[in-house]
Amino acid sequence: MNELQQEIQLQLEKYRLDKIEPTAEADDHVEKFRMEIFNELGELGFTGVTTSEDYDGTGLGYQDLCVVLSELSKSSVSYAVTISVSSMVQGIFSQFANEQQKKKYLPALATGQEIGAFGLTESSAGSDAASLKTTAKKVDGGYILNGSKMFITSGSIASTFIVMARTGGEGAKGISAFIVRNDASGFSVGKKEKKMGWKVSPTTELIFENCFVADENLLAQEGMGFKIAMAALDRGRITIGSIAVGLAERALEESLKYSLERKQFKQEIFNFQGLQFMMADMATELEASRLLVNESARLFDENKNNQKLACMAKLKATDTAMKVTTDGVQIFGGVGYTSEYPMERFMRDAKVLQIVEGSNQIQRLVIARNLQKQYSI
Amino acid sequence: MWFFTEEERELQQLCRNFAKNELAPFAEQHDHDESFNLAAFKKMGEIGVLGITADPEYGGVGMGATAATIVMEEFGKACPASTLSYLAHSMLTINNIQMNGSEQQKAKYLPKLITGEHIGCMAMSEPDYGSDALGIQTKATLNSDHYIINGTKMWITNAPYADICYIYTRSGKDKKDLTTFILEKEKGQFEVGKAIHKMGMRGSPTSELVLDKVKIPIEHRVGAEGDSTIHMMRNLEIERITISGISLGIAQACVDQCLQYANERKQFGKTLGKFQLIQKMVAEMATETEMMRSFLYNVCKEYDNGNKGPTSAAMVKLALPKMVTKIALDAIQLHGGYGYSREFPLERLMRDNKLNEIGAGTNEVMILIIAKNLLKAQQEKMQ
Repeated sequence: MNELQQEIQLQLEKYRLDKIEPTAEADDHVEKFRMEIFNELGELGFTGVTTSEDYDGTGLGYQDLCVVLSELSKSSVSYAVTISVSSMVQGIFSQFANEQQKKKYLPALATGQEIGAFGLTESSAGSDAASLKTTAKKVDGGYILNGSKMFITSGSIASTFIVMARTGGEGAKGISAFIVRNDASGFSVGKKEKKMGWKVSPTTELIFENCFVADENLLAQEGMGFKIAMAALDRGRITIGSIAVGLAERALEESLKYSLERKQFKQEIFNFQGLQFMMADMATELEASRLLVNESARLFDENKNNQKLACMAKLKATDTAMKVTTDGVQIFGGVGYTSEYPMERFMRDAKVLQIVEGSNQIQRLVIARNLQKQYSI
Repeated sequence: MWFFTEEERELQQLCRNFAKNELAPFAEQHDHDESFNLAAFKKMGEIGVLGITADPEYGGVGMGATAATIVMEEFGKACPASTLSYLAHSMLTINNIQMNGSEQQKAKYLPKLITGEHIGCMAMSEPDYGSDALGIQTKATLNSDHYIINGTKMWITNAPYADICYIYTRSGKDKKDLTTFILEKEKGQFEVGKAIHKMGMRGSPTSELVLDKVKIPIEHRVGAEGDSTIHMMRNLEIERITISGISLGIAQACVDQCLQYANERKQFGKTLGKFQLIQKMVAEMATETEMMRSFLYNVCKEYDNGNKGPTSAAMVKLALPKMVTKIALDAIQLHGGYGYSREFPLERLMRDNKLNEIGAGTNEVMILIIAKNLLKAQQEKMQ
């Protein structure tokens, strides 16, 4: 880590221990998102890390964003995910929006006054995103959107949405991306999902009933939607990977501390080789994941995005977070299973990391496709 | 299983219907509210399964570990939390009294426990003594015709609802000086402490149990003073076998749900079942489930035939829950976002199953037991 990153980490560590950690468990229990925390993270410059200073962002890279997300995830994966998605939306604006759109929407997102969300998934279009059914019909001066979106992170707290809808025929090429505000007429937030984890981060349906979107809210051109969605996932893989790394790191730290304190059979349980081997594996997998995620972020920052490596980073880091948090509960034994310690929450929060931003099955498919390309003559 | 008796097959069908009607429809709600399905528990008394291993003269069915495991598997498919409470009642309380209690104690306590009028719990673990169970510190001191019991017990399944508590205490200086008592709530012989909020098994109430210098007449003692280490070890065998039955039920529920979803859900223009990655997941989880079923019921039959052994019980307990956590995680994964939502039972089944890697002895303690027993047996052969 460079000096700036170390500074970011220290500042965020202090903030999360003061402001997030004390209520993390209680908020998980009642599924409460605190907008003031998000706003404060914005004031500290963490909600628009990769957005240019021209639009009130912090003007840093994905490596720096990874430091932020990893650190935040040690106390709350939910806030980290909110920032991850909102940053992804800003990344799309930065790459695909015109000047007017950037000026209008980016500053509020970058400074953390508002939250951005991304509407791609539908009830019948998950991994097969290109089969989405929400339609955008061209009318005078704009488009009429009809359909619904599912599993949308920050659905009920976001103000600016990027929504994928079909303007053309079947398949990837018929999809376009639109900017939709939460106060648009015909737009509403549907059912809030009851989930196993990520309970502080609201996940909802989005409903479009003859929702009018002006021409100026089309991103890039018609038919560019799927390309935009894939560009978003290039970022999402890296940021989700960094969240997994932070979560696993916290779980390992807690496991180590506990095993050095807890005594059974008149000695610290750390002294048992069974536990030593578990923790040696946890630490090794964690370091391997961190290196993969950092390398993917570095390449992305240098405009040398490597899709295969980013997929590997997401796959490895999230599988590791699942394994490390599961083993963490095991090391704590009975108390790890209770909500008095955070380990069971960590484990619940880890699972969906293997599903979002392309399930780990899809990551494997993409890795394999890249391998095939690489080795086909 | 091909070797199930006619009676065991009937029991299986009975429990399957019961689980479908009385447990499955309410499992999600009780998980959400952290509440106990008391109505279903009472009905378990009506269909007779609470006294599955108890003698008919007290109202029991007089069947064995195989039968008890069948109940666990069938109930476990629908609601592992209710099944855990059933286990604490029927295996840890009733079966313990049946095995170790005096004639008088059996006649006094078993009938009401078997009909479900009374709810039982068993108290062994303490805040500082979990895996190190023989180290427990709750003290029982003899004082002419009664004992004074003082201490705190932890992780007591069913405690908030319990009328009867089967409790292990320390009665002397030697590590193995353990003595058991049967305590009655009605007589103020135990107090329910802090409730414990858990990741899973939320429909099975767990709390601390507080014994604040309670005076217990000598007739509540089970067996002779200092006699209980062997009782504890024997009961842990059937506990480990039957709790593995809950994991087996969870695995089967995951397999069934995955097969259904893989045939229904379409992505990229075809059902998930057409993708090799998905085929690998369902084929492996189904194979592992069959493997676990054969292993588990084989150990059950051995146990029922008198070839009891702590090693095979520990092996079952090590093998099943761990494998089932993986199966349940894969089942969530196969369902994607839906698997993570509470609309499907999979995330609950995963959370519930994790307990089985910890309760009744952690995986790590199973490893210690298995290795110790096997190494010792080999040493004896070599001498």
